[in-house]
Amino acid sequence: MLTYALVAGVLFGLYFSLVGIGLNLVFGVMRIVNLAHGDIIMLGGFIALGVVTLASVDPLFAVPLAFVVFVLAGLALYYVLVPRLQGASNPEMLSIILFFGLSQVIEAITTIFAGTSERSIQSRLLGTVFTTIRVKWFGGKPGPGGPIHILGQGFPAPWVIAAATSLVAIGLVYVYLYRTRLGTLTRAVMSRRDEALATGIDVDRVSAAAFGIGLGLAAMAGVFAPFMFGSITPAFGADATVTSFAIVVLGSLGNPLGTALGGIVYGVCYMLVQTYLSSWADLLPYVLLILILLLRPSGLLGRRVRVA
Amino acid sequence: MPKLVKHLLLIVLPLLAVFAVAPAVYQNHLLLFNFVIFLILAQGVNIIYGFTGYLPFGYVGFFGAGAYGFAIMVMHLQMPAALAVLAAGVVGVVLGLLLTPLLRLTGAYFAIANLAASLAVLHLVANPALESITKGPYGVSLTGTFNPTLAYEAALVVLALTLGAVVYLRNSSFGLALQAVREDPVSAAMAGVDVVRMRMVAWLASALVAGLAGGVYAWYVSVFYPDNVFSGEFSIFAIVFALFGGVATILGPIVGVLILYGVYNLIGFTTPQYFQLIYGLLIMGLVLFLPAGLMSLATRRGWHVP
Repeated sequence: MLTYALVAGVLFGLYFSLVGIGLNLVFGVMRIVNLAHGDIIMLGGFIALGVVTLASVDPLFAVPLAFVVFVLAGLALYYVLVPRLQGASNPEMLSIILFFGLSQVIEAITTIFAGTSERSIQSRLLGTVFTTIRVKWFGGKPGPGGPIHILGQGFPAPWVIAAATSLVAIGLVYVYLYRTRLGTLTRAVMSRRDEALATGIDVDRVSAAAFGIGLGLAAMAGVFAPFMFGSITPAFGADATVTSFAIVVLGSLGNPLGTALGGIVYGVCYMLVQTYLSSWADLLPYVLLILILLLRPSGLLGRRVRVA
Repeated sequence: MPKLVKHLLLIVLPLLAVFAVAPAVYQNHLLLFNFVIFLILAQGVNIIYGFTGYLPFGYVGFFGAGAYGFAIMVMHLQMPAALAVLAAGVVGVVLGLLLTPLLRLTGAYFAIANLAASLAVLHLVANPALESITKGPYGVSLTGTFNPTLAYEAALVVLALTLGAVVYLRNSSFGLALQAVREDPVSAAMAGVDVVRMRMVAWLASALVAGLAGGVYAWYVSVFYPDNVFSGEFSIFAIVFALFGGVATILGPIVGVLILYGVYNLIGFTTPQYFQLIYGLLIMGLVLFLPAGLMSLATRRGWHVP
């Protein structure tokens, strides 16, 4: 039981890291609190749903699709909203309200088109592409791959696939931030925006890229949401936003890679509470968030970024 | 005539008078009551956000705690309703005291932590494990104290109290000191302002107001569920109303509530998603084009806004 909870916690944790990392990238670079983050995740879920119902292929194909669509949407949204916001007297506060408005708009439009009913995808559909490849190249019998065994325990295949995809995505974010030119510039803007501007970095371009990638990552995480949480509704976004915040703050706000650690800590705590104290599980993200903010505001891995 | 008296006579009294006689001429009692509640909450947000710059994104936590404070006093201690409303205010203040450490956080950190705190209180109240005390997620029913007329009058009293506090803040050195702290806490401290104490007073005042509002709300509706009284809409509406009018003024939040909540009720509840869409767009437009609120249209021309 304990091994099960721990391994499931790590699997969920890796996925939770992907859920939070986009939010953290956006906050780190722009000091903007994207309260619509959860709604982007929800839209990612609907893209998966669309891919399954319209094209009836493996929802895994929705991952690149969701990413590309939302990187483009993010770039457009950045240039519409952010420069105006940055001109106001207190952008950090106003961003909370602005993006709350955006989240309302997204939720309303999704409800108008999709209704309020819960939507789910049969979990055996995820990863069918692997089975097909196996059958084609190595022979063997087609059919749903059952649970995947780790340390003698069986886990649903979607959990493992989501965790693996998250690991790859986080790895790519690392490569982007530390091995590319744009990534280096991004880190420069993150550490000191005004100095970056003074050295001639095109802060707007860097921020727009970060905003697009942040939204793209959220949408990617959303593709797995119907499998990890059972189902999605247009109202799913608000809870997802708070959960993402808990994860991000746990890791440290403004340090995207800290989010990976935050996600795993959160995932393991979540599974342990779920296993041993299930009626209190709902309280966990909030209490954890408040405790971390009060005891270690810079997060588990944080430098001191916050000036109180 | 000192400005304080002028503001009381010209803004607070007429507003209270209008809402006191309104039930006699207008049928929709619940709507009037909701107007009063939102006036209280918007001014409560004004006290903490307008004067100190802390955005209480989980303001509804105090409101819900007040409502449940009222319910528990009535259910378990058989307290008379008026007394239970006071107890609700105390519950709000106690929750505020518990959350004072949050004031160490600034900006977005505070807003998020406050939101998390309100959700934590919601999940605590709605926990089935505490059913014997709070009735958990199944909601409470207080038919014994049901008396909308009296509850409405109590709400007016709370509104008078709240408006009085805001008028005081707008016209006193205390309010000015708070605004100095908002702009630059270090300089304010250098000028001899006791930053920590002042923030805390504003924070507790705002918590008290929301707790009292929660109490009268519970009295008025008498049957409610945790999700009703902890609905994030209360925080959001109160913040948006206050911002729309313009914070750190007396008139701003009042105008905000009267216009926006009026529009809300004109659009109607029949298709909530269209309403949500319009509301979301309105909020975005507000932040992008009028970040300092309606009152800034007047201050920009150099007119003084009370």
